[in-house]
Parts: sequence; C-alpha cells; structure tokens
Amino acid sequence: MEHQPPPFFKTGLTPHVRLLIFSALSLAFLVADARFNYLATLRQVASVIVYPFQRIAAAPAAIATRMGEFFVTHSSLRADKARLMEENFNNAAALSLMNGLKAENAHLRELLGARQRFAFPVTTAEVLYAARDPFSRKLIVDKGSQGDVRDGQAVVDDRGVVGQVTRVYPWLSEITLITDKGHLIPVQNLRNGLRAVLAGTGTDTELDLRFIPLNADFQNGDPLVTSGIDGVYPHGLPVAEVARVERNATQLFARITCTPSAGVANHTHVLIVGGRPDLPLPPTEEPKTPKTRKSRKG
Amino acid sequence: MADIRITPHEILLPVKPGFIAFTLVAALLANLLPWSGTWLWIRPDFVALALLYWCIEQPRKVGFVAAWLIGLFMDVADGALFGQHALAYSILAYAGIVLHRRVLGFSGTPQVVHVVILLLMNDLIVLAIRMLAGADFPGYPYFVGSFVAGALWLPLGVLLKLPQRTKPDPYHA
Repeated sequence: MEHQPPPFFKTGLTPHVRLLIFSALSLAFLVADARFNYLATLRQVASVIVYPFQRIAAAPAAIATRMGEFFVTHSSLRADKARLMEENFNNAAALSLMNGLKAENAHLRELLGARQRFAFPVTTAEVLYAARDPFSRKLIVDKGSQGDVRDGQAVVDDRGVVGQVTRVYPWLSEITLITDKGHLIPVQNLRNGLRAVLAGTGTDTELDLRFIPLNADFQNGDPLVTSGIDGVYPHGLPVAEVARVERNATQLFARITCTPSAGVANHTHVLIVGGRPDLPLPPTEEPKTPKTRKSRKG
Repeated sequence: MADIRITPHEILLPVKPGFIAFTLVAALLANLLPWSGTWLWIRPDFVALALLYWCIEQPRKVGFVAAWLIGLFMDVADGALFGQHALAYSILAYAGIVLHRRVLGFSGTPQVVHVVILLLMNDLIVLAIRMLAGADFPGYPYFVGSFVAGALWLPLGVLLKLPQRTKPDPYHA
C-alpha cells in the first residue's frame, strides 16, 4: 500500500543521503586536486571570495605592529640609524667592489663564450600570515598574479633563500618554505663546490642533505648556496649551513643536517626574485633504450 | 540584569538566519587570524565548533551546504588539498544532525564529552586525508585544539543563545 506523508512533513533528503552526496563530492574534489590539478579555476574563484576575510583577519596584527612602531623611543631610533648608516657604509664598499667584479666577470664570460648570467628583477611582498596548518610550512603574502608574481619564483630575505612561490591567486600567493617536508633545493658547497640536493624536513630549524656518499667532503659549518642548475633559484644565494655530519658505516649515505640561513620562521617582508631565464630544454629521453641506472651526481 | 544561566524550560525566540551566518563568518575570521607557534597548536577549530553548535541546536537551518562551502573556503585559505575540510565538515554536520537529540538530552560535562569526541573525529578525518596525501604524523599536540574547543563549548552555548532570550516583561512584578 502506497503511503505518502502529508506535504508539511517533507524535509527533503535524509541526512544519510546528503552525507553520501557531499562526501562523494568532497572525495571527487580531493582526487581531482591531488592527482589531476583540475580545479585551479574553482580555487581561484574561492580565493577571491575568501580574500577580504584573509585581509580583515590579518588587520589586527598589522595594526598592533604599527602601533608598536609609533611608540618607539627616540634613543632606539638613533641607535637604529647609527647601525644602519654603518651597515650602509660597509655595504657600499662591498657593492662598488662587486660592480667591478661583475663587469670583469661579464667580460671574461664573453671571452670564454659562456652564457651570461641573468639579472633577476625583485619584488617586495608583505607576509599576511604564516601557515596555520601544522602539516606544512607555508606563508601567504600580499602579492599575486596582479603584482606579476608567477608560479615557481624564488623567495629570499636579507640572509638567504626562504622558499618558492607554489600557488598564485589574483592578489595573494602561497610560498612553500624550504623547511616544508618534500621541498627540494639544489645546492652547492661554497667551500669546495660539491653539488647536492637539500630537502626540507617539516621542522623550522632543520634541513637534510640527501644522497651524500659517506666519504664526501662535508664538514660542520660549511656554507651551502644555491647552485642555480635547476633554473628556478638564481645562482649563489645562501641557503643553509651544515650543522651536523653523521657517518655511519652501516648505511649507504651520510646523514647531514643543516640549519637554514634565512630566518625562515620570522618574517614580515620577503623578496620575490622574478623571472625564470629561458633555459635550453632538457634533452628528451629516448623511449626505447633499455632501463639503465642513472649515474648519481654528488 | 537577568540571570545568565538558561533553565531547561526557558522558551527562546527563534534564531535569525542572519545571526547564524554572522557567527559562521566570525568563526572563519577567528580561524584566519595569524596564529603561530604554541598558539597554533592549542587553537581550536572555531569553524568546526560553530558548525557543530548550529547543527546540534538548529539542525533544520544549518546543514551540509553551509558545512561543505565553508570547508572549501578553509581549504583555500590554508593552501591545503581542495576538499579535505569540506569532507571533514560534511561528516561533522552529519554527526551533529543525526545526534542532536541525544546530545541535547545531556547537559554539562556529558554534553562536552560528546562534543569533544565529535571534534576529535573531525581532526582524525583531516589527519587521515593528509597522511594519505603523504604528510607525516604531526604529533599528539595536534589533538589539543579539540579539547580546548570542548572547554569553550558551554560558554559558547550561553553566548550564542543571548540574542534568542526574551526581554524581561516590564509589567511583570
């Protein structure tokens, strides 16, 4: 017997059905985003809607900082000014020396027929907030595609590399810090020129040098700079310093821990280093060659 | 000054949809505040807390659509995988709606225990998705936020019911 409830008892779908619908939709989104990157447009739209909230939420902290700046004492301003003048003086000397070296370097490269190094344009961006997510190390800054920020640009502060732009919204962009787990950066040991790959570990003060043979020449205190061979990071930016080298003969690789040079966890402003130079395309792999072990570069 | 406590038999005014929207937006803003360091660990998920509150108190007015959309916004703001908070909040809304009679049947500590368990389930769903996507286990302090949220539950209930309470009758002696 067909028994219909009266219309005023109708409440739409039951919670079970709704749960199924919305979970399926969420799961579809998760897979589409994680595997196929299909949802870039939808993300952009959502980011435009969230943008005002992000700005409003960041405002109280910004106002507090400005208030703090307003009530700064005369003596501390004078001390700051004296320090900055001295720094400026020292930097000016170094800079004039560097200009000479730059010209000389360009000339020598021309003589050798080597590729010219690129001058990278730089934009300043203000950090809106750091990651609120205990799983990843990310920053949100206030420049986006409207401010000519693009995916993959390097981000530095006054002491070294901070990270890389990984997602760009119209007015904001997301920076993945070098300490983020799974973030890799090609580096070079400044002392002896050894190349290596530096990986983030997920903690703010530690980076790991991966795949270094036990007998490789790395010592505590070695400065590591970007090698520039990836075409993402400009050559020669300080990245980290070797903090601890453990060589255990039972393992294949040495365990080398480094500390980042940049103040990765404490920023209000960062520099976005622009422009990936148009590098020659990497050689295409021939599909029919039998599997060979790739030689590892140290 | 009226008594701040709400007696079980007090008759409340119907809640305004605008007020619900306002509290959800306020919760989103609270989540977006620049928390860092230890504060980040003990920060309750305000959005989950507000959603659960309304799903339990007003299951006819707040439900899956609100939970799912606000979850998407949280994902964008966090730069996380698209859909992880949406999924967790949808399941939280389901639990809130299905269990609302049971939870409201309790008062005081037993109610808080229910809420903490539901919020922990929410955390576990996000954690499971993140670990499937390749993240490391962030450590047990990850769950502290839900207990803080549980501690906030009863004060929040009093606060959010204030606009629904009737004004004392001036002609009543």
